[in-house]
Amino acid sequence: MEFAELIKTPRVDNVVLHRPFYPAVEGTLCLTGHHLILSSRQDNTEELWLLHSNIDAIDKRFVGPLGTIIIKCKDFRIIQLDIPGMEECLNIASSIEALSTLDSITLMYPFFYRPMFEVIEDGWHSFLPEQEFELYSSATSEWRLSYVNKEFAVCPSYPPIVIVPKAIDDEALRKVATFRHGGRFPVLSYYHKKNGMVIMRSGQPLTGTNGRRCKEDEKLINATLRAGKRGYIIDTRPLNVAQQARAKGGGFEQEAHYPQWRRIHKSIERYHILQESLIKLVEACNDQTHNMDRWLSRLEASNWLTHIKEILTTACLAAQCLDREGASILIHGTEGTDSTLQVTSLAQIILEPRSRTIQGFEALIEREWLQAGHPFQQRCAQSAYCNSKQKWESPVFLLFLDCVWQILRQFPCSFEFNENLLIMLFEHAYASQFGTFLGNNESERCKLKLQQKTMSLWSWVNRPSELSKFANPLFEANNLVIWPSVAPQSLQLWEGIFLRWNRSSKYLDEAYEEMVNIIEYNKELQAKVNILRRQLAELETEDGMQESP
Amino acid sequence: MEHIRTTKVEQVKLLDRFSTSNKSLTGTLYLTATHLLFIDSHQKETWILHHHIALVEKLALTTSGCPLVIQCKNFRIVHFIVPRERDCHDIYNSLLQLSKQAKYEDLYAFSYNPKQNDSERLRGWQLVDLTEEYKRMGLPNSNWQLSDANRDYKICETYPRELYVPRIASKPIIVGSSKFRSKGRFPVLSYYHQNKEAAICRCSQPLSGFSARCLEDEHLLQAISKANPANRYMYVMDTRPRHRMQSWWATQKDIGRIILNAMANRAAGKGYENEDNYSNIRFQFVGIENIHVMRSSLQKLLEVSGSRGLSVSDFYSGLEGAGWLRHIKAVTDAAIFLAKVLIEKDWISFGHKYSDRCGHLDGDPKEVSPVFTQFLECVWHLTEQFPQAFEFNEAFLLQIHEHIHSCQFGNFIGNCQKEREELKLKEKTYSLWPFLLHDQKKYFNPLYSSTSQKLAVLEPNTVSFNFKFWRNMYHQFDRTLHPRQSVFNIIMNMNEQNKQLQKDVKDLESQIKQHKNKQTDGVLTKELLNSVRPESPALKTSLCLKEQTLLPVKDALRTVEGSSPADNRYSEYADEFSKAEPAVVSSEYGVARMTC
Repeated sequence: MEFAELIKTPRVDNVVLHRPFYPAVEGTLCLTGHHLILSSRQDNTEELWLLHSNIDAIDKRFVGPLGTIIIKCKDFRIIQLDIPGMEECLNIASSIEALSTLDSITLMYPFFYRPMFEVIEDGWHSFLPEQEFELYSSATSEWRLSYVNKEFAVCPSYPPIVIVPKAIDDEALRKVATFRHGGRFPVLSYYHKKNGMVIMRSGQPLTGTNGRRCKEDEKLINATLRAGKRGYIIDTRPLNVAQQARAKGGGFEQEAHYPQWRRIHKSIERYHILQESLIKLVEACNDQTHNMDRWLSRLEASNWLTHIKEILTTACLAAQCLDREGASILIHGTEGTDSTLQVTSLAQIILEPRSRTIQGFEALIEREWLQAGHPFQQRCAQSAYCNSKQKWESPVFLLFLDCVWQILRQFPCSFEFNENLLIMLFEHAYASQFGTFLGNNESERCKLKLQQKTMSLWSWVNRPSELSKFANPLFEANNLVIWPSVAPQSLQLWEGIFLRWNRSSKYLDEAYEEMVNIIEYNKELQAKVNILRRQLAELETEDGMQESP
Repeated sequence: MEHIRTTKVEQVKLLDRFSTSNKSLTGTLYLTATHLLFIDSHQKETWILHHHIALVEKLALTTSGCPLVIQCKNFRIVHFIVPRERDCHDIYNSLLQLSKQAKYEDLYAFSYNPKQNDSERLRGWQLVDLTEEYKRMGLPNSNWQLSDANRDYKICETYPRELYVPRIASKPIIVGSSKFRSKGRFPVLSYYHQNKEAAICRCSQPLSGFSARCLEDEHLLQAISKANPANRYMYVMDTRPRHRMQSWWATQKDIGRIILNAMANRAAGKGYENEDNYSNIRFQFVGIENIHVMRSSLQKLLEVSGSRGLSVSDFYSGLEGAGWLRHIKAVTDAAIFLAKVLIEKDWISFGHKYSDRCGHLDGDPKEVSPVFTQFLECVWHLTEQFPQAFEFNEAFLLQIHEHIHSCQFGNFIGNCQKEREELKLKEKTYSLWPFLLHDQKKYFNPLYSSTSQKLAVLEPNTVSFNFKFWRNMYHQFDRTLHPRQSVFNIIMNMNEQNKQLQKDVKDLESQIKQHKNKQTDGVLTKELLNSVRPESPALKTSLCLKEQTLLPVKDALRTVEGSSPADNRYSEYADEFSKAEPAVVSSEYGVARMTC
């Protein structure tokens, strides 16, 4: 298919662009296969380049011959284009609609994007499972790498290489895979060096109504327990939901078959409930007219912060079981690709200082989200303005990022990165020139040959010039476990994401700059004092030598 | 002292307010003439000033002892368990007596002795001089003059002696107007904007009933209008919600409490000569509820935020139900209407704050408190939106709030200047301001930028989402709810450290220079060198603070021995929360209640 077929009018002059907090810009609008470009053709005015894939929904209006297109983006921005001429306007609108909803992944921009920067390190090879395993292997010999899923035959949503208990062979793993939802047998998610305890994750056990059991499954997870110690299974669903799942062949671990495990049910919402929550929240944030009571009641009704609290609480609970109780943990919900990953990754943010560094956080995203098979393609297909309401669309990853932001706010010095990294990840998960977030799992990515045909996000981010934007000037390595407060009074609306386009952040940005200046100045002065001290000391020794020859 | 029967009780437990596991600290409770003191087994002290106590409750006896719950005006809530009921009863009775002093002379301020001599004390009181403040505004001038009408508090008991009124307003007019106004509070100048020749005046409601009018009052308002020749219209802002005012509105003659001569030069309208009562005056209503509504709103807010195991949706529907943020928004909206031109950075800066406080605080402290808290909260919201525009920081606001109730200093005692003079506060008590000034390092905003002059007039955004729950005020003492590392403290310390480092650089450079000179001279005096070594300034410990739980500021940073900032920054603070973990996590506040 040629993009040209979809572009009926490639260029319109005298288009006026309206954006919040910017003066209107008049210029020429161009449509390309992947971008909507507006250029005023003046040197000092910024051009607008908008990826079609970032467009969530459009509205059109006509007043006489003047057409107006309102473009609502997946990053929640809303812009308005005034286009002279009804036909041009209609053409542009239908082209945008077609181009922003292309079905085929291989037509997406990452397959066409040619980087203008020098690749220092290929991001596709930055985070290999073997390397991750090496970090553990010095501390433990109880775990091994398994290549059982090499051809994605055992579990289509798992990566080719997983970490499993040494005592369990590949044959047993194949059997366990038939007992777990989607073939997602329990694998290692996190190894806590402090006490050798682990977090594992999996899909739900397929017990069904007749209480099926699987000896290999029991053996696998028991292999992680120390003699006489109990472990915890955290089911992210409430008990009744887990019980209902049995009717569809799913279920939960029966006490009788897992006597050494204590099961805890939490209730983290999934799917469209989260999507609706996002839609309501963004709606409330965009409405500037309502009064105080209405704002508070809409904020409450969106339930967004309730979801945040629930996810954070469950992650804290997992971290607590591991670190305080010294117990191993298995976490799963239904598929083990959504709430499960939220909990396992947040628990690591709390427990593991490395995951609070830039590299470590990227590794965490790579390991616990991309390789672990979070279906990004489905979940991030649409955002807050969508009308389609597909069941598989859900801001699961955004909720995770929001939770990280909440912890970052409470421990502003313990993270090597700042809020910008989280915002950047949110943007790229929904629309990007990089291939990293394409596809739903490693198997799909492999088939799409993303490594050969697209650029990795990490290749771009991990260059010094980019990294400096994401560095937290307050960072000071904190090797401790960080326990956030999950009280409603301590949780806040993530303004950097949700109010980003609704208010000017000029004064806040200036204050941030001033803070950076103070920190930089401090470093400068300390360096200077050190040099002067040394100089003085040298002079004093010289004097001493002169004095007593 | 006659109220105190038991001065010391051992084995008392202090419960954690938000703990779900009934965690507690055990220690000893001491009762002094002015404070209730709890020292726990880690020797950590919790001081509660009797004047801060809003409510003492004795709950039903439990197996572990007798619970005593104390709610404070600074939003601290403590829950003690006293092993023996008798002790509990004694303390309860003593606190009931001590927390409600009948006579002014029993207030802490009259016994508080910070070891200042008389001249220091006098200087403290002179720190804020209203005359000076008016001078700063450029008064008196050709339109406004100092009136001696109230010199002996004859016209209005609750106004100060010195009042600024329009030059053309004669004494009979003032007297006449004051009779028409509730409690005699006739319109007087509150703030004058020199450049724009615009004034904010204030007064109380008119006693006009349905049809009555008062010619003198009308004259006075006309005079005010004329005293602002640059402006054609005068705005009368009634801070009451319209529904309370309907009957008044019907008469079209409302005069509110705040009168603003705004600059808005709209199209020409009727002139001054028009006899239509209050022509050239525009009415503006802003829905600020009265203090009783405010008090119950705050009460509701505290009930919501104080409940255990609070869910997010309960919290937000509670915030909505309490209506507190709605009131805050209303007050700010009103201020913004006023401030279209008037709110100036300067006006809200350090020095002026003080005088504002001195001049304006009146009314029974109990009645005033929510209003004042509200004022502070509005200022806080402004500081959140304009982090560089204010010279002071949040701790300053919290500290002032602390002392409106503490009665430790004379400033907030008494209802009006007259009463304060009668109480001889200046001779018998001390002023708060020198103490705040002494500690001013703690209250400086490290991000404050004097170059933000371009911000001369703040234009706050009052869309609802800008108003947030002020956790640091209402949960000041609930440490588990706060961020575990404070960016603010780090930056503040770093700023201080930078000053010291600058000094170090200078000293070192001069030493090196000296050395080089001496080397050429061939003379060497070691002692001299040593004496130039920079020494860290020893900060005196704060006199006005028993403890400052929130935003703790460490003493001055020691001289930096070329070390990394890690040595003297917040690592200690982080450790406190993270190393000692138990206090924070283990199932605090619903983090982890295990249910199967």
